[in-house]
Amino acid sequence: MLDEIAARFPYWAIAVLLGVGLYGTIGKRSLVKKLIGLNIFQVAIILFFIAGSLKTGATVPITVLGEHAVAADFVNPLPHVLMLTAIVVSVAVTGVALSFLVRLYREFPGLDEEQILEDLGRPS
Amino acid sequence: MVPVVGLWRPRWPFWLALAAIAGSASVSAWALATVIDSGTLRYTLGGWAPPLGIEYVVDHVAAFVATVVTGVALMVVVSTRQAAAWEMRGRLGFFYSLVLLLIAGLTGIVVTGDLFNVFVFLEISSLAAYALVFLGGRRGMVAGYRYLILGSIGGSFYLLGVAFLYFTTGTLNMADTLAILREAGPSTPVSAGAVFIFIGLGLKMALVPLHLWLPDAYTYAPSSVSALIAPIVTKVGAYVMIRMFLSVFPDGYLTDEVPIGTTLIVVGLASMVFGSVAAMGQRDIRRMLAYSSISQVGLIAVGIGLATPLGFVAALLHIMNHAIMKATLFLASASVRLTTGASEIEGMAGLARGMPITMTAFAVGAVSMIGIPPSVGFFSKWYLSLAAIEEGRWVVVAFVLVSSLLSAVYLFRVLERAFLTPSPVPEYPAIAGAAPDAPLLPGSSGLRAGSGEPPRAAEPAIAMVREPSADVTLPIVLLAAATIVLGVLNVVVVTNVLEPGV
Repeated sequence: MLDEIAARFPYWAIAVLLGVGLYGTIGKRSLVKKLIGLNIFQVAIILFFIAGSLKTGATVPITVLGEHAVAADFVNPLPHVLMLTAIVVSVAVTGVALSFLVRLYREFPGLDEEQILEDLGRPS
Repeated sequence: MVPVVGLWRPRWPFWLALAAIAGSASVSAWALATVIDSGTLRYTLGGWAPPLGIEYVVDHVAAFVATVVTGVALMVVVSTRQAAAWEMRGRLGFFYSLVLLLIAGLTGIVVTGDLFNVFVFLEISSLAAYALVFLGGRRGMVAGYRYLILGSIGGSFYLLGVAFLYFTTGTLNMADTLAILREAGPSTPVSAGAVFIFIGLGLKMALVPLHLWLPDAYTYAPSSVSALIAPIVTKVGAYVMIRMFLSVFPDGYLTDEVPIGTTLIVVGLASMVFGSVAAMGQRDIRRMLAYSSISQVGLIAVGIGLATPLGFVAALLHIMNHAIMKATLFLASASVRLTTGASEIEGMAGLARGMPITMTAFAVGAVSMIGIPPSVGFFSKWYLSLAAIEEGRWVVVAFVLVSSLLSAVYLFRVLERAFLTPSPVPEYPAIAGAAPDAPLLPGSSGLRAGSGEPPRAAEPAIAMVREPSADVTLPIVLLAAATIVLGVLNVVVVTNVLEPGV
């Protein structure tokens, strides 16, 4: 069991991160912690892509003109590029969420979900 | 560009947005005509050949959904001009840029042929939708934040699923994935990926255990916004599901290898019943319509879950039906709210006398939702029942009937109130004479609706309500007419567009 975990360490770590993130978004009452949980969840997915595209003994995918290139010598750059896009998306989501939080903080006494619902006068 | 123009000339953003949406609607209609004529359109971005580069694929299904989305959006934007001008004072430029961003994202999802690209467009459209919901006052802000967290989790689940598919197949192009999966046969990572993708899409579509964000978001968003996002946003989630069945996973994979088809049927039936029952208990008309959205999306999910060509036809027809009729209903209720300030069903007594056109359109939309014969609603439910009988799943037919009856119950409650109940206060000639024909009556509690006050202030106004101006009612009437016309012509739509597509 331990050997198994050690051999695939990144994947176990990612699974744990996914769980932590999901718990944060659903289980936490603070709106800020929900956002942090969301971020952890997204980072875990990004790490998953990166870990999955690991290739030992390969190098950056840049070929020199005229030199013979073999695909096996290079890392596939596509997952990394995709993850750049995913990071941009995640930053955009975080930015929008943070600006929402600023507005919410000005409008409500605190950022605790229960407290806000109480303030709205509606039973959750 | 729109926000800059909006700061400079506050009236221009509407016309710019209108031109842009009208443009994309006509392009979609043209694409639909071309696809029917000469088959699938393909466009590769940046000159990279398809398996490597991103490809846009417009086939029958995509062109159909794109036309529905842009057409409905066009009608909604025309009709909500006054509501938006009232609700978004001083922020019209930003409002219309968000609307355009939303529609760009949605059409992007529909036409793209690349799995990762779907994720990017999904997030673009969702971000615009979160911000639009957030504009709706204090409650809208909380609902918008919740929508953001849950919606982003949905998008992330989708991305996680795509990761599994990518590591197995090494490609993101949908057609290529299909070819590789067909050759490779079933495997655990692919099945796990499928499960993650459908959890993510289920969140975006608000199927029953994952629907928590929807009622608040639709209820507390500004009425010009809920009329726009309620008809089309969840439909695009459904479209992506159909795409997964049709052009990503091989035939039968999602029903035989992973029990996603059956799960969708069960979840869809649960959504249908839950949505209708919850809708019956609502006093606020927008909240009622929001719960009925959950039930209608459930119907679409059942059609997808049957995973037969007829099931897909039913699902697509219902996507169109629901988009059109939900736009009619939301627009009619938005227009009622704009004129009278009433958004509670109680406050709509006798409304049909003052606003006969709007309420008749509402009734036609309701007829289509219940599924009474000449409307599209009847035919989409008809095809769904046929598909279910073909598969021997009689339970589905029973559920369709029950949920139609339930929706009749809650919709007739509104109609009874508006058409048959006399208005609570007799007409005061003095007040009626004094009332200006301005669309917004003073003392309208529209913006404070939902703060829990009974619409006392609005009640005397009901008796002297007049129709809003033609640019508000005309799109509603057109949409209502469309449900009937398309219902009569459903055979044309089905044989020319849907059947070749699935």
